Amino acid sequence: MRLHLLLASAAVVLMAGPASAQTQTQPQAGPGQQTGPVEVEIDQGVLRPLQIAVVPFTGQNGPQISNVISGNLKRSGFFDPLNPASFIETGLTLANAPNFPQWTSIGAQAVLYGGVTPRADGRVDVGFRLYDPYRQCQLVSYQFTATSEQWRRIAHKISDVIYQRMTGEAGFFDSRVLFVSESGTQLNKLSRLTIVDQDGYNPVFLTQGDEIIMSPRFSASNPDEVTYVALGKDYSRIYLYNLSTGRRESLGEFDGQVLAPRFSNDGTKIAFSIIRGGNTDVYVMNLRTRQLSRLTSDPGIDTSPSFSPDGNQIVFTSDRSGSAKLYTMRADGSGQRAISRGGGSYTAPAWSPRGDMIAFTKQSGGRFHIGVMKSDGTGERILSSSYFEEGPSWAPNGRYIAFARQSLGGDTRLWTVDLSGRVVAQAGYDGRGSDPAWSGLLDAPPASLGIGQGADSCPA
Amino acid sequence: MNTSTLIKLATVSAAVAALAACAPKPKVEPAVPMEPSQPTAPQYPTAPTGPVTGGNVGAAMPGSEQDFVVNVGDRIYFDLDSYSVRPEAQPRLDVQAAWLARYPQVTVRIEGNADERGTREYNLALGARRAEAVRTYLIQRGVPAGRIDTISFGKERPIVEGSNEAAWAQNRNAHTAIVSGAPR
Repeated sequence: MRLHLLLASAAVVLMAGPASAQTQTQPQAGPGQQTGPVEVEIDQGVLRPLQIAVVPFTGQNGPQISNVISGNLKRSGFFDPLNPASFIETGLTLANAPNFPQWTSIGAQAVLYGGVTPRADGRVDVGFRLYDPYRQCQLVSYQFTATSEQWRRIAHKISDVIYQRMTGEAGFFDSRVLFVSESGTQLNKLSRLTIVDQDGYNPVFLTQGDEIIMSPRFSASNPDEVTYVALGKDYSRIYLYNLSTGRRESLGEFDGQVLAPRFSNDGTKIAFSIIRGGNTDVYVMNLRTRQLSRLTSDPGIDTSPSFSPDGNQIVFTSDRSGSAKLYTMRADGSGQRAISRGGGSYTAPAWSPRGDMIAFTKQSGGRFHIGVMKSDGTGERILSSSYFEEGPSWAPNGRYIAFARQSLGGDTRLWTVDLSGRVVAQAGYDGRGSDPAWSGLLDAPPASLGIGQGADSCPA
Repeated sequence: MNTSTLIKLATVSAAVAALAACAPKPKVEPAVPMEPSQPTAPQYPTAPTGPVTGGNVGAAMPGSEQDFVVNVGDRIYFDLDSYSVRPEAQPRLDVQAAWLARYPQVTVRIEGNADERGTREYNLALGARRAEAVRTYLIQRGVPAGRIDTISFGKERPIVEGSNEAAWAQNRNAHTAIVSGAPR
């Protein structure tokens, strides 16, 4: 279980705290056996983490930037950053190409290096190059510019470029996670809405702890716009909260208890449930007109609505047939039909940002599982199982899922699993927490990386 | 019975036990018969003599919140995945209804609770069904609907710690909380 150790040590190095990880990874092929282009196969039988040398960047915060990148790549499960103590070539700068044999001799399948350069305007340029030392060509190079305090975000954006270049998938590191942090005892639990960088850094409490916080969600169209439920002694409210302006408003006062809000991906609507007379149904509110429409009306529980990315459909959970199953309907409430097929109970669905998959929580056999199915209910796959886990939320690239896992008699913490189910790891934030909601990318990735355009570029 | 009441009762009984422990005990007679002893004056005076009466320590004032909690019972429990009122819970709800009829100014909020073995939002909906089941029962027993509010706390407010059947059984409940109209 080589990756097990690697992931665990990554978390310790990065988070300076306890962490654990588990994988179901096949033993990795030995270094240097791969002669063709480096490929990470996702959804195939074998996961081979790519051995990458992340050279400490030069300049202000350079080594820290490299550490953040290295930790991000390691947690993804697709990279195996080499120990810098094993590096032979030192003093590699942006002006040079790597000494390729010195990198292949230590098994590096990719070499990343870069530097931080001050600009006249007070900002910094952070440039980097990624080489394939076997094929002896440049995979990608780019330069980000920002104020020097933003070195962490730059490191995340560089990580995204590397991830995208090597896996062919969009990145997800330049993102944040909203969740409910927990403290105190089981009987006297303090819950606070909290936001943290995807890698566990910069946690900020957004509520005081005098209310029970549930169901935080980002707007996919604006990563500063969030919603959540606050449950007080004698009320429940859905709040709309803008993280940049601090503006917080109640969605309204309703005849009944409200729960489970989710934005439509364009941010114009919010679907949620209202409990009236013990019966829970799904409603949708147009946020511009504040017009409320009722979408379900059967006597069963109908809740946890989640929009498809195109906004045309909603998946939700319902026990109208006797046990909790997943249903889809059109955004106007028509065409309701069950999609989940297995036994057990299916709750807390989340439609993937790519639109093709629905993640869910399944309770069966006395255990809880995080799984995915196609949006028509076929192709169900369980990705992770334990004594208790719930509440999947998709990473912006639709390849990872964050969820909350509670150990038997223990605390609840945040975990992630990749879509293959092979990389199950505790999330970057290793304090107590539940109900994770993954943001979209904080801003757009570089439009053009100029791949394949340089003199020594690898064939695109 | 809520925690603070339990603590109060426990404190009182602990104090009583402590007093008993301090009281000197009469000598134990040896098992082997001995020469009949001469009658003597009691070693410890018992005067003043007189009847001893008893009563609840800090008895709840009738019509108070404490009266409701201690003498009626403010919580009933549910089976797994069920929101129907168990037959054995009905007498307690009958007494709740009678108590509410006696104190017509009192308003209550029924709080529905679920155990931890379920997802958060779904359990909120489950807890709401339990609260509504109790509300419906009380209305059928003559309590005006306008005096009963409901809320569900789902699995957010367990009353017993632990991840075992016994704890879960206690945490699947509906709590009748007094909102107004009764002194504490």
